[in-house]
Formats: sequence, structure tokens, C-alpha cells
Amino acid sequence: MSGDAHMVDHPGPVSWSDAARREIDAIFAKYPDTKSATLPIIWLAVREFGWISPQVEVILGEVLKRPLNEIHSVVTFYTMFPQGPLGRHHIQICRNIACWLANAPELMEHLVAKLGIHPGEISADGRFSLEEVECLAYCECAPALRIDGRYEGNLTREKIDRIVEEAR
Amino acid sequence: MLKLVTKNIGIENSHTLAVAKANGVYSRVEKALAMAPEAIVEDVIKSNLRGLGGAGFPAGRKWSFLPKDSPKPRYLVVNGDEGEPGTVKDKYIMIHDPHLLIEGIIITCFAIRSHKAFIYIRGEYDLPIERVEGAIAEAKAAGILGERVMGRDFALDIVVHRGAGAYICGEETSLLESLEGKRGWPRLKPPFPAVEGYQRCPTVVNNIETLSYVPFVIEMGGQAFADLGSERNGGLRIYSVSGRVNKPGVYELPMGTPLRQIIYDHAGGIAGGRQLKAVIPGGSSAPILTAAEIDVPMDFDSLAKIGSMLGSAGIVVFDETVSIPAALLVLARFYAHESCGQCTPCREGTAWMTKIIQRILDGDGRMGDADNLIRIARNVLGNTICPLGDAAALPVISWVTKFRPEFEEWIKRGRPVSQAPIPVTHIGERTAVAV
Ligand SMILES: Cc1cc2nc3c(=O)[nH]c(=O)nc-3n(C[C@H](O)[C@H](O)[C@H](O)COP(=O)(O)O)c2cc1C
Ligand code: FES
Repeated sequence: MSGDAHMVDHPGPVSWSDAARREIDAIFAKYPDTKSATLPIIWLAVREFGWISPQVEVILGEVLKRPLNEIHSVVTFYTMFPQGPLGRHHIQICRNIACWLANAPELMEHLVAKLGIHPGEISADGRFSLEEVECLAYCECAPALRIDGRYEGNLTREKIDRIVEEAR
Repeated sequence: MLKLVTKNIGIENSHTLAVAKANGVYSRVEKALAMAPEAIVEDVIKSNLRGLGGAGFPAGRKWSFLPKDSPKPRYLVVNGDEGEPGTVKDKYIMIHDPHLLIEGIIITCFAIRSHKAFIYIRGEYDLPIERVEGAIAEAKAAGILGERVMGRDFALDIVVHRGAGAYICGEETSLLESLEGKRGWPRLKPPFPAVEGYQRCPTVVNNIETLSYVPFVIEMGGQAFADLGSERNGGLRIYSVSGRVNKPGVYELPMGTPLRQIIYDHAGGIAGGRQLKAVIPGGSSAPILTAAEIDVPMDFDSLAKIGSMLGSAGIVVFDETVSIPAALLVLARFYAHESCGQCTPCREGTAWMTKIIQRILDGDGRMGDADNLIRIARNVLGNTICPLGDAAALPVISWVTKFRPEFEEWIKRGRPVSQAPIPVTHIGERTAVAV
């Protein structure tokens, strides 16, 4: 699991927008206790602030009424809660068995060369970030990746080029 | 060929309420709600519907374990984490027939007297989440969900809970911890979720696909559903097929369909006209089968009999050109990455197994390494809180045992004698990402 990555600070103080506060109330209403709202509210924070920084953890602790160490322990357990900024387009490329059988390592090399970044990095222009992930459950269309919340499968070099061009 | 849960896939807008209803969805609710809850449980027991998330526990029996006298609320938690490598099926139901899933949830909640269900869906599944949430909203607006389900004296609320990227959260007690807003560290069992689950309340955890079959059990009756499958394995199920086949995809077929038939008749046989080498029959955690073992009927009991498991029915096919040690590294690295770190044998064992396989592939293997791998795997097996440890150990034991000469070739020569003719297995050549 992730967890040893260093969190990146936000440049200034962070606070919930009014819309976010309303959404938080709506989330609480779905669960029998406030603690169960933790993951959905962290997801909301990712949408609001881009990533979870130490400042964001503080305001998460305030709304969830949970100590900071608990918030931090949850945030760092899950790989999908970024602890620093991502590119405007975040690409997750699968390295698990079906994709590996379908040539994923070579496509990964292609993507690294094309974007000029390695997994865990952001391109200089801030457009792309890259992450190598485990099975996306799109094995029937391997090799597969996920970009900006959608899946792309049956990847080839050409298809990857097209996906990257369209995202630019 | 009979189809049940995949029947409506391919119909335009099958995910919308109007189209779903026109194709039979929700038609079984009325019948179910007119039955006694216990009668539904009995019928599901009779149907031999097994848990299709992986463990294969009979669904109706699980429901019958809920304590009868507890004053606490009861919950249904639906497992849509779909994290087992090679498994892609629940996604199809969520995207194409979310109302069928809701119908299954309504009937199940009525049977177990629950008024609240959570659907835990893996965080990467944007479209499935959107479709299921959309369907819930439609069903609420139409009075199918809410204070009075279809006008009856039965209230039901369904909440979608989004995961955040952790394979372990597919394990039911880890999932419950995650739902409660914690790290996904599995709990010791017993108590089982049926007794102490979500919020320490009686909870049934079932897979998406399992619940989507429930309306059909009601429709045709338990016995008729059971008769569709094999002994003690009722009905159909969705087999996910990936790897080196001509037609990877999902195939809904009877329980007990021979593996050979699935690979050759349905998935189009081995790609490129090559020979079959090995198959994972039930998701990455299932011990591997050799080409000589594929006449096995794909049901829980038949696979257990030959030392493997049906699991999630995620079939991954390897042809003759695949390097088994290189492929095993991919899985070992996965389990090391996904071990939650709670139990020492799993946390340390998965890391060491990965390192040893890596060093074999790097040409630095030592003569005893095949035995080392099996020894470490055996020390993980059965010594952890949850079955992730077993899931990591079983492939190592079976792969190394069944393909031992290949591991020893790598160790002796530093690289395989029979180099793969197509360049697909570069992972061992120091390009692999460190764990
Ligand atoms: C490591 C691990 C991962 C699992 N992942 C999933 C999963 O992604 N989806 C699922 O339905 N079951 C998964 N399971 C099985 C669940 O623990 C549980 O048995 C299942 O959700 C029960 O539902 P069922 O009886 O309908 O199969 C996993 C189990 C383990 C040990
Ligand atoms: S192995 Fe890549 S999506 Fe499953």
C-alpha cells in the first residue's frame, strides 16, 4: 500500500466552499454514523482541492470529528487519494497479468518516452501525470489504461498516441 | 444458449428503467414480496446459488445465519470491488443492467429483513458508479425504492459507497472496515459478518453477480435454477476470459461447463494458433492448471477436487510462449503491493517471494530458490488473518511445483533455454519496477 509518499502542502489555507458544505451534509445523511462518511468526504476533498495535503487533513478532521492521526491513517492507506498534485490528465496504466500478456511493458515504455515522464511524475507543462497500477478489471480489453476517469483498452502505440493527442 | 444476468446486454439503453422494465426487470419483486421471507431463503438454499465473489459459499445458507433475535438493524452490503486480477464481470451488470442488481437487492433485503443496503464499488469504476447511482435515483423516483417499495409495507434505501484503490477491500471484513471509514484491515473471524458486520450489526455481504441471480431464482423456482447447473452448484455464472485467446470477453454459461469448452468453443481457442500451456481458472489467486487439466467442469467442487478453485471465474490463458517464472513475478509483485501489512507472514512473505522470483529472472537465482519459494509460501499459508496470504501463497506453490523445470532452467542458465519467440516477457530483465 502507499503511505510513505510525502504529502505536498497547499500554497495557502484551504476551506470548504458553501457547495461542498452542503454536499457534506448530504453525505452524512446517507450513513447511520459520521465515521462511515469518511471515504466519501475524502473523495469530495480530492475534487475540491486536487489532493490531500496536511491542511486538507486538518479540515477533514474538523468535519468528521476525528483526530488527525486517524484521518492520516485512512488517507495514506488508499492508493487513489493523491497526496500531491497530479497532471491535468492522470494516466493509470495497468501492469497486471492480462495486460502484461498483451504487451503492457512495451506500451509503458512507449508512454514514458512519449510523455517524457516516469510513473509518479508530472510533465513539465503540468498536463500529464503517470501511474502504474494493478488490474483495472478491464482484462478482456487488455492492455488497458484509465485516463481522467474513463477506461481505454486494446491499446496499441497508435492508440496511445491518439489518446495523448486528444488530451493535450 | 440460455442467458440470465447478461440477457439484456446489447439492448439499447438497457440501463434505463423503462427499457429494463420492458425486458422483465422488477417483474419478480411482486412475487417475492408476496412470499414469506423465510420461504425466499429456503428457495435460494434449494437453488444452490453459490457466492460468486470468490469463496462460493451457498447464498441462502449465509442468509440463514443471521441471528433471529437481534434487536439491531440488519444490513446488506454488496461487494462491487472487483479487484481479483482476471475478473471483469460485475462491471457488465453495473453498466448494462443496474436495475437487475437493484431488483436482486430488493428481494434479498426483504428476505433477510434489512432496510438498508450499501453497494461498495471500486474507486476506478466511474461509469459503473454513475449507472448504479442513476438507476437508484430512477427507482426512487418511480417508488421502487423508498419508504414503500412498490407500494408495499417495506422500506428500503440503497447507498453507493466508492472505494479508493485497495485490492484488500474486496475481502469482506476489510470492506466493512473501509465502509466504516477506516483503513481496510481485515478482521479476525469469527465473529462472521452475519453476526457482527457493519457497525457490529448483523450483515450479509454478497457479490454483485450473486445478487443479480436472485430474481431468476424467484422467477423459475429454486429447483429449476439448481437444475441448470451441476451438483451443488446451481444456475449459471459469468466466466471472464482473458490472456492469449482469440476472443477474450465475458461468457455466461452453466455452472460446471468444462474449461476446455469455454476456452476453445466460446473464447475462440488460443491466439495465433499456438498451443495452450497453462490456465488460471478462477482469478489470480487460484492455483494454476496445466494444459492436461482443462477437462475439469468449472464449478466450485470440481476445481477444489483437483487442488484449484473456481473463485471469481476469472480465466487467464497462457500459451506455449509465456515464461511461467516471468508471469509469476507479475502476480507476486501484485500481492506484495496489495498486502495490507497487518500480518507479518503476509507482509514479509509476499515481499520475499517477489524478491526471490526477481533474482531468479535477473539471472542471480540460487539452486535452492525453487524450494525457498515453496517454503516461504507454506509459512504464509493459513497463518494470516484474512485469505490474502493464502491467495498469494497458492499460486507460488502451484506454479513452482507444476513448472519446476522452468524455474530451474532460469536458475542454471541465468535466462530461459527456450527464449520466447515473441517479445512479451521483458519483465525479468531488470526493467521491472522494484517493489
Ligand atoms: C483478498 C480478497 C479479495 C476479494 N475480493 C473480492 C472482490 O473484489 N469482490 C467480491 O465480490 N468478493 C471478493 N472477495 C470475497 C469476499 O471476501 C466475500 O467472500 C464475498 O464478497 C462474499 O460474497 P458472495 O458470497 O456473494 O461471493 C475477496 C476475498 C479476498 C480474500
Ligand atoms: S490485468 Fe490489466 S486490466 Fe486486468
